[in-house]
Order: sequence, then structure tokens, then C-alpha cells
Amino acid sequence: MQFPYLSVLIFTPLAAAVILLLLPNRQARLIRAIALTASALVLGLSAALFFISSPVVDGYRFIEKIDWLPELGISYHVGVDGFSLPLLLLAGLVAFSGVLVSWNVQDRPREFFSFFMFLVASVLGVFSSLDLFQLFFFFELAVFPKYLMIVMWGSPQTREYGGMKLTLYLFLGSVVALVGVFALYFGSGLNTFDMLALEKAGLPLAFQQIWFPVIFIGFAVLAGIFPFYSWAPDGHVAAPTAVSMLLAGVEMKVGAFAALRIGIELLPQGAQHWAWLILLLGTINVVYGALLAMAQKDLKYVIGYSSVSHMGLVLIGFAALNQQGLLGAGLQMFSHGVMTALFFAVVGMVYDRTHTRDIGQLGGLARFMPLAAFGFIVSGLVSMGMPGFSGFVAEIPIYLGAWRVAPWVAVVSAVSIVITAAYILLVVRRVFFGEVPQSLSALEDIHTRDKLVVLMLSLVMIAVGLLPGLISAGISDGVNRILQLLGGSL
Amino acid sequence: MNPESYFWLIPLPPLAAFFGILLLTWRKRTLSHWLALAGAGLAFLGSLAVLWRAFSIEHLAEHPFGVSIDWLPAGSSVMRIGAALDPLGAVSLAFVAVTVLMIFIYSIGYHNHGQPEGKDDLPGLPPRGMEMMDEHGHTVRAATIEPMYSRFFALISLFAFAMFLLVLSDNLLTLYIGWEIMGLCSYLLIGFWYGRPSARDAAVKAFMTTRIGDAFMLLGLAALYSLTGTFRFSEILGSPQTLEILSTSASGVLGLSWAGLIGILLLMGTVGKSAQFPLHVWLPDAMEGPTPVSAMIHAATMVSAGVYLALRFFPLIAAGWQPGGPLTAPMLFIGAVGAFTALFAALIALGQDDIKRVLAYSTISQLGFMLAALGIGAYVAAAFHLVTHAFFKALLFLGSGSVIHGMEHGAAHSGEHLDPQNMKYMGGLAWKMPLTFAAFLAGGLSLAGFPLLTSGFWSKDEILKSAYGLAPVVFYTLAFAALLTAFYTARQLTLVFLGQPRSRAAEKAHESRPVMTWPLLILAVFALIGGLVVKPFEHFVAGMLPHELLVELPESAVPVAVSVAVALGGLLLGWLVYRHAAKGQPDPLESALGPLFRAFHRKFWVDEAYQAVILRPAAWLAETAVARWIDQVILDGILHAVGRFTLWLGELLRSKVDRKVFSGGGDALAAGAQLAGSQLSGLQRGRVQEYMAGGIAVLVLAGLMVLFFLNL
Repeated sequence: MQFPYLSVLIFTPLAAAVILLLLPNRQARLIRAIALTASALVLGLSAALFFISSPVVDGYRFIEKIDWLPELGISYHVGVDGFSLPLLLLAGLVAFSGVLVSWNVQDRPREFFSFFMFLVASVLGVFSSLDLFQLFFFFELAVFPKYLMIVMWGSPQTREYGGMKLTLYLFLGSVVALVGVFALYFGSGLNTFDMLALEKAGLPLAFQQIWFPVIFIGFAVLAGIFPFYSWAPDGHVAAPTAVSMLLAGVEMKVGAFAALRIGIELLPQGAQHWAWLILLLGTINVVYGALLAMAQKDLKYVIGYSSVSHMGLVLIGFAALNQQGLLGAGLQMFSHGVMTALFFAVVGMVYDRTHTRDIGQLGGLARFMPLAAFGFIVSGLVSMGMPGFSGFVAEIPIYLGAWRVAPWVAVVSAVSIVITAAYILLVVRRVFFGEVPQSLSALEDIHTRDKLVVLMLSLVMIAVGLLPGLISAGISDGVNRILQLLGGSL
Repeated sequence: MNPESYFWLIPLPPLAAFFGILLLTWRKRTLSHWLALAGAGLAFLGSLAVLWRAFSIEHLAEHPFGVSIDWLPAGSSVMRIGAALDPLGAVSLAFVAVTVLMIFIYSIGYHNHGQPEGKDDLPGLPPRGMEMMDEHGHTVRAATIEPMYSRFFALISLFAFAMFLLVLSDNLLTLYIGWEIMGLCSYLLIGFWYGRPSARDAAVKAFMTTRIGDAFMLLGLAALYSLTGTFRFSEILGSPQTLEILSTSASGVLGLSWAGLIGILLLMGTVGKSAQFPLHVWLPDAMEGPTPVSAMIHAATMVSAGVYLALRFFPLIAAGWQPGGPLTAPMLFIGAVGAFTALFAALIALGQDDIKRVLAYSTISQLGFMLAALGIGAYVAAAFHLVTHAFFKALLFLGSGSVIHGMEHGAAHSGEHLDPQNMKYMGGLAWKMPLTFAAFLAGGLSLAGFPLLTSGFWSKDEILKSAYGLAPVVFYTLAFAALLTAFYTARQLTLVFLGQPRSRAAEKAHESRPVMTWPLLILAVFALIGGLVVKPFEHFVAGMLPHELLVELPESAVPVAVSVAVALGGLLLGWLVYRHAAKGQPDPLESALGPLFRAFHRKFWVDEAYQAVILRPAAWLAETAVARWIDQVILDGILHAVGRFTLWLGELLRSKVDRKVFSGGGDALAAGAQLAGSQLSGLQRGRVQEYMAGGIAVLVLAGLMVLFFLNL
């Protein structure tokens, strides 16, 4: 039997979370060291998985399966395919960066890092689950730490409102999805939560058509689907930097990923029936989110709304249900995750030094923190879809895929190409160039740890932008598997 | 070495220079510019060798050299990055390489290499110069070196790389990559002096305006890929069957065929990049960048890329067209836009006082000539004018930079505070700056189409000749625009170089350094001799088209006579009107034309109109309609109403049900829970419990739903 890579990956942060809770708060150095070690292990292992070979079963690798409650058909069952592998790496990158940018958390570091590690374990668990029940378990594992981290360490003005809004929305979304999952469990009549078995269940058309929207939209709430997006900007802004990074960077992908894995893969005919709706909602997301981002005066809200816009492209890619669309969606999930994590990291660095996020009160920061400006600009270029950066290789296939099934989607969402450039350039110009306001006379440059984060995340986006084959080859295998499911049910 | 095997390497030296400067030599100015020069020089040598070889190959167009690599594996189909060389590519490569190299050399002088660093100079602002003692103990004002010297050479190398990539690409995706990188570079270089608000505005304006065109182009790209399954030119444009299908199948949009729709979408990219009406507004403002950047944008890169795209896609644009038959929709579109812009921009150029702004509008106008020619099917004439224009426009911009340098120097000596780019303050510079004058004269005459001697005459004549035979309306429009061109060129030459100096700065102006004047003189040679290669050029480039698309023109003396007459007449008229221009006098045209001149001077108020009709409504849409109303009032309103309702329900249950029915034991439980809750950390005083109650209510409801559905 192969070494249980995935279990090690998932349980490392979980173990760290528990150990951290046992330490006294005054041992801040030790706490940070443990968190950093755990997240470095996660990052290293998630990267190593790209290079380790493993037998492929049903398109999945690194499979582990242990019966847990056989009477109910529940097992511990993990595995990854080309689609989820980059997402594990994304989680590793964001976890490691999140620990580094949170190095100076003074207030109850034990709880902070412990909850953070719970979050990391939760997303890793979802990305590698092949059992519905287990997927749900990991999905819900995030709820508490997320809420607590926002209200305890978040931005004092809005943390209660933002934390509440986020929790409420996600809770409702997951309840709706849970109902759908139960329906799937009972409806299949297989008495199993095993997703690989459910894929082959051959569920009746009417059943798929009824339950697809419930499951897909229930999960997609966490991906910020219109009109259930409003938790995202408020929640991201209220959260402390590392949590914003993880929320927007990884958690939104968790929602999209679950919507894909369960909604589209288990109910492919339902997906074909409802694709028009997802295309419509995704298109609204793209344009509407971009317009909202343009209207914001608060730096962090700009990024918050831009995530709503970019996740719309992921939804469009899914709903195109073809090679290009799904490939683009897979690339976009990774690209947007890294990009938005870097955005939030830089916004955090700016806020820590200027104590404001008001765009009108910032200016000329490139002079004090050139590398932070560099990071923000790289993220901006990714979000504008500039060639040479990962955003381009993600967006082009999405537009190609969308045009094939519904040209109007491509036409309407192309408006966002212009709007996105507008708000990114506006922010870059105001915040990083332009006059330095009186209130910001002498600012410190960012710390070496922050620089490491900026460089690491920027390089990843550039590498994927120049050599997209690094991850797209795997994603395209995953896409082929999904296309078989779609084709098989035609 | 064999050009077939190495031609694809040509874009790489500038790219290597970019990375080299960025990562290694950015502290060492001299090393940085040598690196950039080496990159441009290698590309130049390679391009000339390739052109030489390409000339000698028969039927290169049918069998271009090509090489490509897999880039983005996407299942069964793979998106590739590839390069190919055909006559259009070879010619474009050559003119780009020559102008790029000259611009690079010139930049060394323009940015004051060899001068000391200014103590007060800040990155993001042009160097201000400083007081220094000369050998006689006099205090003089000396120029200082550009503070971001290395950065300039890095960015301009990347700019050149993008253009080389675009010209060599063998498929639309690669072309689009070069196209977008170029857009980014133009943004960075127009905003190079980002300390100036006007430069920041101009950079954003350029990027945004061209981006509007890019969005259309992307849609065209998506449509083309969806229909043909490939990006490769040879598989789309080189395949009569594909073109036939595209031109005969209906797209369902405005009655256009697919070829028509895709053609127009792609040409929208050209309209943005080549600054055609209505997306022309960015180009005049783009002169906020350093002058070598203007030369890059106006000659070697940006605007030429737009026309190049249109030339490249001519087989698609003209799919279904026979010479003499009705024009296709994209041809009509680009022909009308081009002809209108040619005239419109020439009129605006009449009313500009800024030396670079006149040139900017002349570029817009000349690009209009090319696109109008393309629109009526005169492919070869358009391609030829693209090449000659690149030489003389690079020359004119670099020349204007030299003039501005001279004026700045003069102003530093005279202590005047004046706009060194305003032609009202110039005059008589021919005697102060003879080399610059000679070169500028060659460029100006070429722009005006001075008969026989200049390349501009030959290429413009080709366009007029074709228009005369193919579309008389276009012929008259362009002939009038050509007259205006000659007139404003004479106005510029007279105001800048002839007559008496109209400021003390102009009296004190002096010639620029050899590193600046040499490139000018070399480009002047190109601007003059271009006419000698008309025939071989036409033969070579005509190979790009199938025979049935080549237009046979009836021989006629009329167009030649007209083009000679408008060039000489315009030049003479301009000189007569402006030769007595004196300090403080209004422009002679202003008194003659009155409000019409005002309209030219204010550029027909297009910027103001956009502000009122597009930008303000867009801001309103984002800020008021979407952000305030939909997001905050409607969606959040619903949410908050639900929240309040849940609270109310909770209160109701608590007062009516809980207190009355389940008191006692429940209270104890609640007290216990409260204690636990407060110990959890006193996290917050929100209303989790109430919201959770709501959540649980939904859960129960959901459970009931499951039962309901399962019992169906």
C-alpha cells in the first residue's frame, strides 16, 4: 500500500491545530514556529504530489479508503485528480503565506494560529474527499473557526456584522446543499456516500433536474454566486488579513469545487438542463461585481468585489460544460486564488503601516514599499488577464468555451475586461503612485517575511502564465473525466 | 546560418535585454543601455538577414517558414505559440527593426547620458537640470541624467519584444499576446514620468481606450476559434475552403456573415490600437511619455500593430469580395472609418500649437489613409504606406524631441518659463539646429508627399491611384486630407524652423548631440529613398494575396497630377500663410476661419463629449445604480429584512412560547449555555443565537422538504 500522502497532508494542520490549543499563549514563539512548520509541510507536500506517481483508479490518484460507518455507507475516502491537485497547492501556498503575514498577531496567538490551522485542514479535506459525508464534514469544520477569527481578530468597525453575515449566508447555503446531498443519498438507493459509486448511479433525469439547482447553488453560495454574494465582500473586509486571504483565495474555491464535484459530476444531466441559469448568474457576477468594485472607496472592498467578479468567470467556465470552459475554470480557480491572496496580503501590509484603507487618503506608496507595489501590480495584471500572467491562460479558454455554447455570455462578460482594467489602474494609480498625502510622511518598508510572500505568490502566477502546461495538463485530464460523465449520460 | 532555422529567435534578444536590465544591471546605467542596444542590434541584424533571404525565395507566401511549440494543452486541441515568416512579416520585421534601433540609440542622448545626476531629480519626474560651474568659473545650467534611466531601457526593450513577437506570430493567440504586452508597455511608458498627473492620466487613457478595442478583438478571437477550431493563420486565412464557409454562413447578427462579423470585431481592435475615430483620443495625449516613446508608439509599435492586424486578416476581411464587386461589410466599415479619420484628424492638426500634438494628429490621419486604402481593397498600397510612414514618422518625432531639447536648453539659459513644445515660441531654429532641420525637413516633406524625392509621395500616390480607380468618394476625401496634410506640415516647418525666433529661448537654442542627430540622419535617408523600392516591394508583398484579389488599375494621369498638385499647393500655401508669423499674433487661420478654427483647436470637443456621455454615466451606473441601489438597498435590504423578521420571530417565540411554555428547565439550560458562551472568550456581543435560531428553523424546514420529496 502506498504511503498515505493525503492523510498526512490533511492531518498535519489538524494535529497542529490541536497541539496549539494545548500551549499557553505566552509561548508565542513556539506557537508561531509550530504553525509555520505545519504550513510549510502542507505547502511542500502539496507541491510534491505533482511529482509523486501513484496508480490511477477511476481518474483519481493517492486513493485511501477506510470504512467508517459501513451500515450507512460512510467511509473515510480520499483521492485527487488533475482538477483538485492545483487546489491543494493553492491551499498550501495560502496557508504558508497566511502564517507569514500573521507573524505579528499579538492578541491570543494560540487561538489565532490554531483556528487558522483548522481552516487549512478543512479546505484540504474538502479538496481531497471522495465521500460525500466526509466532504460535508470538512466543509462544516470551517464554519466555527471562520466566524470566530473574524469577530475576534477582524476589523473592529465591521467584524460583528461581517462575521455574522458571512456565517449566516454560508450556513444557509450549506444547509440547502445538505438537503440536496441527502436527497442524492436516498435517491440513488445505493446506501452509500461514496462519490465514485454515486457517479455511476445513473440517476433518473427528473431527479437530476430537480436536485441540481439545490446542490449547485447551495454550494455556490460559498463561491459568491449572484445574488448570494454579499457575504463575500463584507466578510473579506471584516476578516484579519490571513483569513481574508484564505477566504477569498481558497474558501471560495471550496464552494466552486463542491458545486462542480457534487453538482455537475454527480448530476450531469441536471447540469445540462440548468446550464443556462448558471451561465446567466455567472455573467451577472462578472459584470456586476466589476461595476461594484469600481464604485468602492475602500481598498479592501475593491478586492472583495473583484473576487465576486472573477468567481463569475469560474461559474461560466463550469456551465459551458465543454473542454475549454472547464479547463479555464480550473485554471481560473488556481489563478484567482493566488492572485486574490496576494491582493489581500498587500492590502494588509498597507493597512498595517498607514492605518487606513480609504483610497482617497493613500498615495505614492510605491516610494516606501516598492515590493508591495510590485505584488499589487502583478495581481492587478493577473486580474486584468494580461499575457505572461496566470489570469490570461485562465480567461482565454473560458471565453472560448463560453462563446461555443452561448456567445452572448462572452459578449456581456467582455464588458468586464474594460471595467476590470479601469478599477485596477485607478487603484494602482491612486494608492501606489501619485502624491503622497501629508499624513503619510515616513512609512516603513514591508518586512522580509512579507517580501517572501509577495515574491513567492508573484512568481507562481508568472510561472503559470508563462508555462501553463505546469498545471493545465493535469486539469485537462480532470476535465476529460468530467466530459466523459457528461457524455456518458447524454 | 540559415535564416529559416533562426528567424524565430529575433524577438528574444530584446526580451533578454529586458530581463537582464531588470534583474542585473539596473544600477549600472551604461551597462543597461548597452544591453538594450545589443538586444535591438541583434534583432536588427537578424531581421535584415531574414528579409534578404526572404526576398530571394520564390513563393514564400505560399510556403512561409514556421516553427511552433505547445503551450497550453487543452485536451484534444493544443494552443500553440508559434512563429512564421511570410512577405508581410518580413517587411514589417525590417521596418520595426530599423526604427527600433534608431530610437534606442537616440534615447541615450535624449535621456542625457553622460551628464551628472541631479541632486533634486526625483524618480517619476523629468530631470530638471542643475546649476554648475564651467571651466571659466561661470555658473551655467546643465542638463542632468534621467533618474530612471535603466528602467526606461528595460521597458522599451520589452516594448520592442512585443512588437517583434506580434509580427512574427503564426497564429492569432500569439499575436494577441504580443498585442496585449504592447498595451501594457505603452501604459508603463506613457506614464513613465508618473510624478506628473497629466502623464498618469494619459497612461490610463491610452490603456483603457485601446482596451475597449481589445475586448471586441477577444470576442472575434473566440468566435473564430469556435468556428474553425484553430488560431493558425495558415489554416484560416490560407484556406480558401474555410474562408468560403465563413463568408457564406450567416452569423445571425445584423445580417452579417461570420467572416463579416469576425472581421469587424477584429478590426475594432485595429480601431483602438491604431487610434481611429472614435477611439483616437488616447494617441495625442500619449505624448506625455518621453519623446522616444512617442516615436515607438507612432512608428515602430502600437499604431503599426493595428494596421498590421488589418493587413494580416485581409483575406478574411475581404472574403467573398471580387475586385470591382461590392465591398464586404468589414471593408466598408474600415474604409469609412479610415477615410473619415484621415480627414477629421487632418483638420484638428491644423489648429494645434504643440509640436508633438500636430504630429500625433498627423499619425491618426495617415493611419486613416492606410485603413481607407485597405477598405477599398488596395492591400499593397496600404502595406507600403505603413512602412514609409513608420520611417518618416519616427524621424519626425525624434526630430521634434531634438527641437524640444534645444528649446529646453535655450530656456534654461534665457531663464524664461515657457512651454518648450509650443511652436508659437519657436521660429528660426533652422540656423541654430541645421542637422535637425535637415532631417526634419526630409520627414516633413515625406509626410506632405513632396513629389518624386520622398517615400511618402510614392506611397500616398499609390493609395490615391487605387482610390481613384476603386472608390471616387474615398479618392476625393483623401485628396483633400492630403492637401491639408501638406498645409499643416508647411505650417509646422515654417513656425518651427523659419522666420525670426519668437522667444529668447529660441534664440539660445542649439543643436543636439551626435548620438541624437545621427539616428535622425539615418532615418532621413530611409524617408527619402523609400520611393526607390516601390516596384520590388509591391511585387514581394503582392505575393501575400491570391491573384483574384489583386487589383488591376487603369492607367490614368489624374491621380498623379492630383497628388503632385495637393502636395505642392498645400506646402506653398502653408508657407505663404505662416512665413510672417510674429510673436503675440493670433494664428492667421484663426482670423480667417473663426469658430471653425476653434473647433479644430479644441479637437471637435470629442474628449468633453466622452466625459459627458460615457464616463459620467458609467460612474453613475457603478456608484449609484449598482452599488447604492441594487447592492445596498435591494439585496442587503432583503437580507436585513429577513434578519429583522427572524429576530422578531425569535422574540415572539421567546415571549409567547418559551417563557410561558418551557420555563424552568429551559432557563437553567440557557443559563448554563450562557456561562459557557461567556467563557468561550467574550468574543462578541452579536446576536449569534438569534441568527442560529433562524438557521435551525431552516434546517427543520429542509428536513421536511426531504421527507416530502422522498415520498413523492
